[in-house]
Amino acid sequence: MSEKLIQVENLKQYFPIGGFGKNKKYVKAVDDVSFYIEKGETLGLVGESGCGKTTTGRSLLRLYEPTGGKITFDNDVIFDSKEKIAVNMLPYRKKMQIVFQDPYASLDPRMTVGDIVGEAIDIHGLAASKKDRYDRIIEMLRRVGLNSEHANRYPHEFSGGQRQRVGIARALAVNPQFIVCDEPISALDVSIQAQVINMFEDLQAEFGLTYLFIAHDLSVVKHISNRIGVMYLGKMVELAESNELIKDSLHPYTKSLISAIPIADPKVARESKRIMLNGDVPSPLNPPSGCHFRTRCPYATEECAASTPKWQEVKKGHYVACHHVDKIN
Amino acid sequence: MANYLVDIKDERLSFFTQAGEVKALNGVSIQLKEGEVLGIVGESGSGKSVTAYSLMGLTAHPGKLVGGSLDFNGHHINDMTEKEMRKIRGNEVSIIFQDPMTSLNPVYTIGNQIEEAIRLHTDKDKKQAHERARELLELVGINEPERRLKQYPHELSGGMRQRVMIAIALACEPKLLIADEPTTALDVTIQAQILELMMELKDKLGMAIIMITHDLGIVASTCEKIAVMYAGKIVEYGSTDQIFYEPKHEYTKGLLKSVPRLEVDEYERLVPIEGSPVDMLNPPKGCAFAPRCKSCMKICLREMPPVSNFEGDHYTQCWLVQKKELEGGMQQ
Repeated sequence: MSEKLIQVENLKQYFPIGGFGKNKKYVKAVDDVSFYIEKGETLGLVGESGCGKTTTGRSLLRLYEPTGGKITFDNDVIFDSKEKIAVNMLPYRKKMQIVFQDPYASLDPRMTVGDIVGEAIDIHGLAASKKDRYDRIIEMLRRVGLNSEHANRYPHEFSGGQRQRVGIARALAVNPQFIVCDEPISALDVSIQAQVINMFEDLQAEFGLTYLFIAHDLSVVKHISNRIGVMYLGKMVELAESNELIKDSLHPYTKSLISAIPIADPKVARESKRIMLNGDVPSPLNPPSGCHFRTRCPYATEECAASTPKWQEVKKGHYVACHHVDKIN
Repeated sequence: MANYLVDIKDERLSFFTQAGEVKALNGVSIQLKEGEVLGIVGESGSGKSVTAYSLMGLTAHPGKLVGGSLDFNGHHINDMTEKEMRKIRGNEVSIIFQDPMTSLNPVYTIGNQIEEAIRLHTDKDKKQAHERARELLELVGINEPERRLKQYPHELSGGMRQRVMIAIALACEPKLLIADEPTTALDVTIQAQILELMMELKDKLGMAIIMITHDLGIVASTCEKIAVMYAGKIVEYGSTDQIFYEPKHEYTKGLLKSVPRLEVDEYERLVPIEGSPVDMLNPPKGCAFAPRCKSCMKICLREMPPVSNFEGDHYTQCWLVQKKELEGGMQQ
């Protein structure tokens, strides 16, 4: 059994949206989510827009202050709402990093690429001298397939794929153990996506990195992840080993999500039947009672409206939250 | 020869920017019969949208058609004035844009916007137009159409808005529907709904569709013919099966290999296309894909390859294919 690097228990992230006193309203962006990530593995997180996958990634790094729950990193509790523990994150920022979705917005246009990568080195005082700092920057750029002459250029001089490489170099500059990859390839062209995915895999193999890989494209997530978690309206609905999740998904939402993906193979596409979901994702401001998915679920009963389904381990390592999991499968 | 709905021959279109001439389209030919679904795939900047827009006379300044001929449904688009163009736009040919959030007017109701399209092209009065708008909303699967007609775009979700866009596009039962990345801004489960709706409507109304997308999955499940574009050229054209199972051009092959497959059990490392997309201001002299091509030969960098034809209307432009043909011919 390998070691758990990250452990998240009952993570809650509510955002206030107006109202006063007792009438104060909240969006429950992440509501009672628990999972763990083992050392050296990639956990994928999928779901539709607004389901809370990005918020989960950010709360985990405490870029937002979580509303509730407990986060453990490498056996250190970094946040616990019950015990009122909220440690100073600065030393942990060296170990936990993030790569953002939009390589056009996440790089300061007025800083050179060298300074963007160097900023992290400065903050954590990792360089002994100016030369050391420069050498480190160049080494980071090399790792992501750029070279020394790129260090003096500005972000606008780079293509989308190259900018994302800069974003990755910036995250790697502090030698982290864990990186949250927040939709790192969705802004890139198809032929460039494969380059960046391969780079993530190479870096993981080389430095033993652990990833939380967030994306809405299930095929990409399946390719890169060891295990996949599926989120819907702030809740985790299913989590399992990648192949198992695709082949033997148990939750009705996961099933429809998988069948909705257009398959890039005409013969398979013609034969496969789609499970069509009716309607849209309900507003997260006012989610349905009980199981959030019940309004679109073909199997929904009164029980689903009355109570929230429990997050349970049905097979080894296969978690699901659904009242009717035995009946459906 | 008049049996093609769309007949584009050797279209050349350039954008005259301050930095120089950008040859966005470099000899593009497309033929489409009535009721056919053509997919155009390619990276951003490969010219897929420009091709489709020029067919509607929507080439934006500083773009200019510099060569070739465009025929659509008996009209010769090249010689048409803006006034004549307006008559067929929205009537015989319609378009759905990528982003349903920005392509509807936020200060008019849904009903207003659908009725506008109807009254512009038919002699229906206000009441009849309203009736037709209600029918259209039903057709695209929107519940409570009477209530929706009075709502503003911001009151609807992304999927709903895209349905409204489709309703407007179909208002006059066009012969051709151009769908420019119609589902890129939508979630997968909503995407599946919209694609299914489009295919249903195609069968019902018998219109032709040009589907512009970068998603190979979408073309595989919806299109009959596929044109693969790279740097303003169609590098390969053929039926969906031909493109997916017998790709000839190195770019098509690369594209197919570079996407992860959901249905494959074992882990396979992706094979990316190295390098970055072409700089359209300074395109390479020969084949535009040559600098990124794994099997690039000397001639590829110097000259544009001629067209090689295969079974049906499958064709490609690649020196490697030419070379293979030549070797095959010599053996015989």
